[in-house]
Amino acid sequence: MSTALVRDSGRRSGASSGASSGRRFVRRPWRLAAEASALVIAVVVAFPLYWMVLSAFKPAGEIESSEPRPWTLSPTLDSFRRVFGQQEFGRYFLNSLVVAGTVVIVSAVIAFLAATAVTRFRFRFRTTLLIMFLVAQMVPVEALAIPLFFLLRDAGQLNTLGALILPHIAFSLPFAIWMLRGFVRAVPEALEEAAYLDGASRARFLWQILFPLVFPGLVATSVFSFISAWNDFLFAKSFIISDTSQSTLPMALLVFYKPDDPDWGGVMAASTVMTIPVLVFFVLVQRRLVSGLGGAVKD
Amino acid sequence: MENRTTTVTPPAATVPPAAGPVTPVARRAGRPRGGADGAPSRGRGGWTPWLYLAPALVVLAGLLVYPIYQLGLISFLEYTQAQVSGGEPTTFRGFGNYAELFGDAEFWPVLLATVLFAAACVVSTLAVGCALAVLLTRIRALPRLALMLAALGAWATPAITGSTVWLLLFDPDFGPVNRVLGLGDHSWTYGRFSAFALVLLEVVWCSFPFVMVTVYAGIRAVPNEVLEAAALDGASQWRIWRSVLAPMLRPILVVVTIQSVIWDFKVFTQIYVMTNGGGIAGQNLVLNVYAYQKAFASSEYSLGSAIGVVMLLILLAITLGYLRLLRRQGEEL
Repeated sequence: MSTALVRDSGRRSGASSGASSGRRFVRRPWRLAAEASALVIAVVVAFPLYWMVLSAFKPAGEIESSEPRPWTLSPTLDSFRRVFGQQEFGRYFLNSLVVAGTVVIVSAVIAFLAATAVTRFRFRFRTTLLIMFLVAQMVPVEALAIPLFFLLRDAGQLNTLGALILPHIAFSLPFAIWMLRGFVRAVPEALEEAAYLDGASRARFLWQILFPLVFPGLVATSVFSFISAWNDFLFAKSFIISDTSQSTLPMALLVFYKPDDPDWGGVMAASTVMTIPVLVFFVLVQRRLVSGLGGAVKD
Repeated sequence: MENRTTTVTPPAATVPPAAGPVTPVARRAGRPRGGADGAPSRGRGGWTPWLYLAPALVVLAGLLVYPIYQLGLISFLEYTQAQVSGGEPTTFRGFGNYAELFGDAEFWPVLLATVLFAAACVVSTLAVGCALAVLLTRIRALPRLALMLAALGAWATPAITGSTVWLLLFDPDFGPVNRVLGLGDHSWTYGRFSAFALVLLEVVWCSFPFVMVTVYAGIRAVPNEVLEAAALDGASQWRIWRSVLAPMLRPILVVVTIQSVIWDFKVFTQIYVMTNGGGIAGQNLVLNVYAYQKAFASSEYSLGSAIGVVMLLILLAITLGYLRLLRRQGEEL
């Protein structure tokens, strides 16, 4: 088992000596047991998602049956029809996309600039700022809904998408800056010197050399801002109070979810529709996310 | 092969004694940031760093610092629906709201429930995440991919959809879990503990992937020779984890723990949706939901703000205390 661990990490880090010598000592039963349990865990972890999609396709009578079966022989699109037939569902979807998209792009650019400043320069209050960025992550967003509500009201932003976009940019920035530092730092200093020697300006280096190199890290980081903006239902519930045309997907989902008598088919279909974009996004950036987290946290 | 013997010998001597001799290695492998701190040789930036920081600072000042100031301010005022609509002038109450809050019989049980619930979430999430991260390093690519994809799926699931799906799974009438366990129409959300347990399961389900992926990436970055040496010296799996991996992964574990504390202490959506706004007679309230209910449901904005301030202070105390503890043990942030 121990040799399996060594062999495995050896292969991945490209140290051929570990890989070739370790293989002889692999204890098969142990590794097979580990792999079997990994597969079982994977099934358990994925099961809620499977049940969500399954329930979205089940006909109403099968969902609300006392003998739930993990399959269906008569899949139907009824639940999806109810969801998409809901007034302005497309509008909600679009609103969610606009909010999450804007938050991702704006916060990525701002965080990139800030992370460059705190990793590539030495200046007074640098450490103080870093600690502030960490502390800022502790602020309970939900409690800030109260002052934000009054702030947005005074700015005339209630019931607009801006009321969702602005706070989410602010709340996703500290973590994004914190995470991006590792990526910016990974770009060799020599490259910067070479660029300046070749006569590149600071701005040119920043946008034409550093930005493309840090881009994979930006993608990994944007996962977090995307999720927080896409998932949010507190701000949507608190700041979009009268103009429902500015509402987002989570609110559309809650329409089907009445605590006493939920329309499970509708809830699960809406959930499926809401989860798929995030899932696609995750699978696309999966590789970068793994290396990104390692790089960011390893420092 | 000769390469192997040379790389193995030196760390082999350092493995059996616990943390001490390993630390220099950990310092080098786990955190080369000391070097990076001194690295920015272009320190003569003058105003440039501030120029780069300006957008971030403007946004944070306007939408984070100022609201925090407002939150503190409101918590000292008499601020209810009457003041919001302008019917009555706002008056300064000093610590009146806090006195009222601490005198509220509901507050202390909610505080205790919040702390215990968050602690249970953090411990379970870290245990599951770390165990699965180690498991990931033991298996071949295909099962690893399966587990990784399943975890990413759970991670990607929005909190609100996750909450509703878990409710359906545990539904007394139509859920598969009660059928499989033969629990009849036992309601999980009726009892206080079972409701908290259900929310805990959902929280762990959607937050362990972050820990797993991060720790896995960290283990992957540990130099191969060190583990090989430990294994050759006959160290057991548990011993390797405790004496070699854990010290080297410490910076990662610190970050993961702090993030988990921050996230789990602030769980909102799951409690709000799964227990329908705090459970029967508020039995499943946590501070966050309690503050929200006070502010937006009963329009007692100043009380809600006071709860928010209390939460912020507790989180600050926990995190700073933890960081100090680490620093005393010779670690730096």
